[in-house]
Amino acid sequence: MSQKVLDALQGKHGPALELVESQHGDEIAWIKRDHLVTVATWLRDDPAMLFDAPVFVTCIDRLDWRPLGAPASTHWSDASGKPRFEIAYQLRSHTHRHRLRLKIAVPEHDARCPSLAMVWPAFNWQERETFDMYGIRFESHPDLRRIYMYEEFVGYPLRKDYPKEKRQPLVRRDDLPVSTPRFGTKPEGGHR
Amino acid sequence: MAASDVTSLKQLVLGRQDVQDLSDTETELAPELMTINMGPSHPAMHGTVRIVLTVDGEKIVKGDVQPGYLHRCFEKESEHATYTQVFPYTDRLNYVSPMINNCGWAMAVEKLMDLTARIPKRAEYIRVIVSEMSRMTDHLTCIGASAMELGAFTAFLYFLKAREWLYGLLEKVSGARLTHSYVRVGGVSKDLPDNFDAELTHTLDEIVKVMVEVEDLLNNNRIFRDRMAGIGAMTKAQALASGCVGPIARACGVDYDVRKDYPYSIYPEVEFDVPVGTTGDCYDRYLVRIEELKQSIHILRQCLKQIPDGPVVVDDHRVALPPKRDTYNTIESMIRHFKHIVDGIRVPAGEAYSFVEGGNGELGFYVVADGTGRPYKAYVRSPSFVHLSTAEDLIRGHFIADVVPIFGMINMIGGECDK
Repeated sequence: MSQKVLDALQGKHGPALELVESQHGDEIAWIKRDHLVTVATWLRDDPAMLFDAPVFVTCIDRLDWRPLGAPASTHWSDASGKPRFEIAYQLRSHTHRHRLRLKIAVPEHDARCPSLAMVWPAFNWQERETFDMYGIRFESHPDLRRIYMYEEFVGYPLRKDYPKEKRQPLVRRDDLPVSTPRFGTKPEGGHR
Repeated sequence: MAASDVTSLKQLVLGRQDVQDLSDTETELAPELMTINMGPSHPAMHGTVRIVLTVDGEKIVKGDVQPGYLHRCFEKESEHATYTQVFPYTDRLNYVSPMINNCGWAMAVEKLMDLTARIPKRAEYIRVIVSEMSRMTDHLTCIGASAMELGAFTAFLYFLKAREWLYGLLEKVSGARLTHSYVRVGGVSKDLPDNFDAELTHTLDEIVKVMVEVEDLLNNNRIFRDRMAGIGAMTKAQALASGCVGPIARACGVDYDVRKDYPYSIYPEVEFDVPVGTTGDCYDRYLVRIEELKQSIHILRQCLKQIPDGPVVVDDHRVALPPKRDTYNTIESMIRHFKHIVDGIRVPAGEAYSFVEGGNGELGFYVVADGTGRPYKAYVRSPSFVHLSTAEDLIRGHFIADVVPIFGMINMIGGECDK
């Protein structure tokens, strides 16, 4: 649908691109991490692109990624050259009605990504959310704090290695006085 | 305590030599900024968000908005549920308009399966009917609650009465008043009930009457206008850059409506207008929502006329459950049913972002599938979260009392914002 955007991107910023693809009508451009801010600023300001409306940013954790039918050896790790995290920035142009998704590969041992909060203010909170849930540090973000979780929370809940059942109550239950029911206090006529 | 003691106590407290002399009040007031906690247990914060206000007298200098009090791990839970089991979770995102969330999720999965073109016409019409009814409940709640927070309790009662009629109808359709879980991948779970046509027509007529009453009460009400007009204004450029969509962006003059710009379902077959405001303040947001209510009624009436007969779910048992009669009588359908419930729908590996026009604007689902019956990742682009991030800019420079209408017209729904 927006193939011309990908073509223009390849013409202008070819060296910054790793790959372009199209899935189910969504255009995806893989950008090298160091070139992200330059490409994003160009996408926002160029009159033919004019991506003036940001949509969302999120992260995909490929730790457990074993698509059905693929050989078991395709393990996503730093060692195999497939970075664990992918950051996805979805953009929309209100003027030209086209859409584009930028993707950035982020390895586990160096989980950082340049922040686009200065390019599009909408990404301020959404990058905070991604940081909160996946632990991606967005560089030069104006206010990188947790947003859903509390400050004392340990770990990043949406990472695949964070167990779903794990609980971290803010008030530690074991600090509270334990009230064990005393023997023989069962109310009269409890069992009939 | 003697009278002289009281006097000296007053002097001590106020730091004045003479109790009667108030001339030094201005100079004595400390010029320090004060920090006030608003919420999460505050009636106007709906119990789900906290704002740490830094105020200079009554003026807000800074407001640190802190969501997260209703975080229920929608995305983490979805990764462990089958595609069909996610529907109940989506009900609880924007719990005022669950049908739209249902449709959004179903459309995202259908996009991944390249199934969009095969949905039966009647199912598409039913989806649009229930979506528009949900949009109406959303706007009725938003306007009613905001009016109540400004003191107009009658408008609240009238609109909630109207909302209850719609909830009653949706209960007849789906079996549940609030958490419908009605839509399925490939269609909807069951057909509309008997006599739905007449009942909805009657309800819409009644709602039109209620709206006339409420508009008479609010539109030119001096108090309402003073509290709304010019409050929390946003420019068009600001709205776009901060990701605003839906009624908030439209009140600023951004003519963006997913139903028109990226038409889905049967919206191209019905006629409706997209109201657009000019000033972008709270009063324009209110007017846009009122007009959208009227447009929704218009769409519903057309849908009732145009809705065709036919199946309500796609005839493909890899996607939809086989009919109950077959499940109990043939072994193939029995196996299908079992596989569907236990393994879930097999969605081919890939990723897709699909979006619908929710009550608050573009509601999107970004789904990554790995070929199994459960989503590898399910991300919801919730408009409330994005809108709430603008709240800090909107309340800056206004009075503390103005937080209430601004927050009310942002229409943050905790379930959707906090996921």
